[in-house]
Amino acid sequence: MNKIYLDNAATTKIDQKVVDNMIKAHQLFGNPSSLHFFGQEASKALNDARNFIAFFFGCEFEEIVFTSGGSEADNLAIRGTVEANKSIDEPHVITTMIEHHAVLHTVQDLEKQGKIDATYIKPNEEGLISPESILEAIRDNTVLVSVMFVNNETGAVQPIASIGNIIENANIERIKRGLPRITFHTDAVQAPEFFSLGVKYLKVDLLSISAHKLHGPRGIGLLYVKKGSKLCPQICGGKQEFGYRAGTENLAGIFGLSAALEVIVRERADSKDSYVEEKADFPLMISDSIKHVSKLKEKLISGLLSIDNVRINGSAEYSSPAILNVSFLNAEGEAIILNLDFEGIAVSSGSACTSRTLEPSHVLTAMGVEPKWSHGAIRFSLSRETTEEEIDKLCEVLPGIISKLRQMSPLKPEEM
Amino acid sequence: MYTDKVIDHFKNPRNMGEIEGADGIGRVGNVKCGDVMYLYIKVAKRTDSKGREEEYIEDVKFKTLGCAAAVAASSMTTELALGKSLDEAYKLSRDGINEALGKLPPQKYHCSILSADGIKKAIEDYWNKKQDKTDN
Repeated sequence: MNKIYLDNAATTKIDQKVVDNMIKAHQLFGNPSSLHFFGQEASKALNDARNFIAFFFGCEFEEIVFTSGGSEADNLAIRGTVEANKSIDEPHVITTMIEHHAVLHTVQDLEKQGKIDATYIKPNEEGLISPESILEAIRDNTVLVSVMFVNNETGAVQPIASIGNIIENANIERIKRGLPRITFHTDAVQAPEFFSLGVKYLKVDLLSISAHKLHGPRGIGLLYVKKGSKLCPQICGGKQEFGYRAGTENLAGIFGLSAALEVIVRERADSKDSYVEEKADFPLMISDSIKHVSKLKEKLISGLLSIDNVRINGSAEYSSPAILNVSFLNAEGEAIILNLDFEGIAVSSGSACTSRTLEPSHVLTAMGVEPKWSHGAIRFSLSRETTEEEIDKLCEVLPGIISKLRQMSPLKPEEM
Repeated sequence: MYTDKVIDHFKNPRNMGEIEGADGIGRVGNVKCGDVMYLYIKVAKRTDSKGREEEYIEDVKFKTLGCAAAVAASSMTTELALGKSLDEAYKLSRDGINEALGKLPPQKYHCSILSADGIKKAIEDYWNKKQDKTDN
């Protein structure tokens, strides 16, 4: 049986070009910090990769800080900013209720330690954060705002550029009044393949990504750190990564990340049609493969809507073309996942991180989705490698699975 | 995460369905927590080894809305309860059900609690109904 992988928001299949590039990097075994030939050869290769990645983000060479992945990048952004502002009386952090746990649990941890005051912004019922709600939450002692770019569970795309604008304007006033400058961080882990990560356009100070979400390897990610940002390292040792992150560089990982981004850039360049969607807060990078993924998502939606008592969770307009979150009334999420797995189709509920706990997704709950719907939520996440036949197969087997589970339920939809 | 036994009972649930005119029904769980289980029993009389008359579970069925563990625990509970005397079936424990399934992951243990409660409630429902009849 051909297995079908529709859990690309959890991790993606590594691209062969990435693997080839990583093998090359492993042969450059010198330590980039060493002065001799072996070290310098590795150092030059590291510089080339960093240069290319800086080009991808439209930023400077010194603004790219490699980390072990998205979670570390988020931790560095949050803990590092808070530590750099520790002279402020009760630093205040604004984030949202729908963040990935790498952000949410880090902010909660600092709050529990008594190091910060935190505000968690509630999304609307479509899973979107309004820029105004961020503005209203800003206090004199606010030092950090962290809002994710693309939600990993619903695919809802947050208005990063608008929030960036608000914070930039607020900072101009704050500097005049002698208040601390607010740092703006976004967790963009689900965004790089689909949305523009031009950091100047987004007006972010810090931005996290992870390679394994874009057909790259695990164990490597980065934090974009705008020049002049107040940030304390969280891993101390050598002076690597411009003093922001110690440790001998993971050259193979960095090569893998660079190659994965290069595949995206080349695909855009080779596309018959490629442009950026002209919507201020929805910088979708249209290319042939994005069109392909968008078309498959449309197909999946129409297939799923043929089942009764189904609802789509999250914004239809501001949504990643790769993520679709759907709830089935009177059928439980894990039971659906396992039945699909028996058919060779891999999907997940809310997120891989929540699939082993009993609580319904914190994202759906924050959006006000009732338990009777949130317990039956499934996340389908596509990739450029997903085929039309795979979506057809899913749409063919799913109605039978839902009806089997509903027959097993003691309740009728109208009793719920 | 799940043992083969759990997956087997989830894939091929035993005694799934309803009993029309059941002698007792145990309704446990709720939509808010995500698991809802109804257990139906049919009670009959027989003579035990000591020649005394006893009541036993002649038929048992379940319907469950819930995760694989909840379905498997319901299925296993019906299998364990079928043919047992009411007194024995009433003593079915959450640990007994959990053991029979080859142990659920710790965070799913509550599913075995739910189905153990389900069979108890069904038997209590039967006893209550019988009490009502004799009272009338």
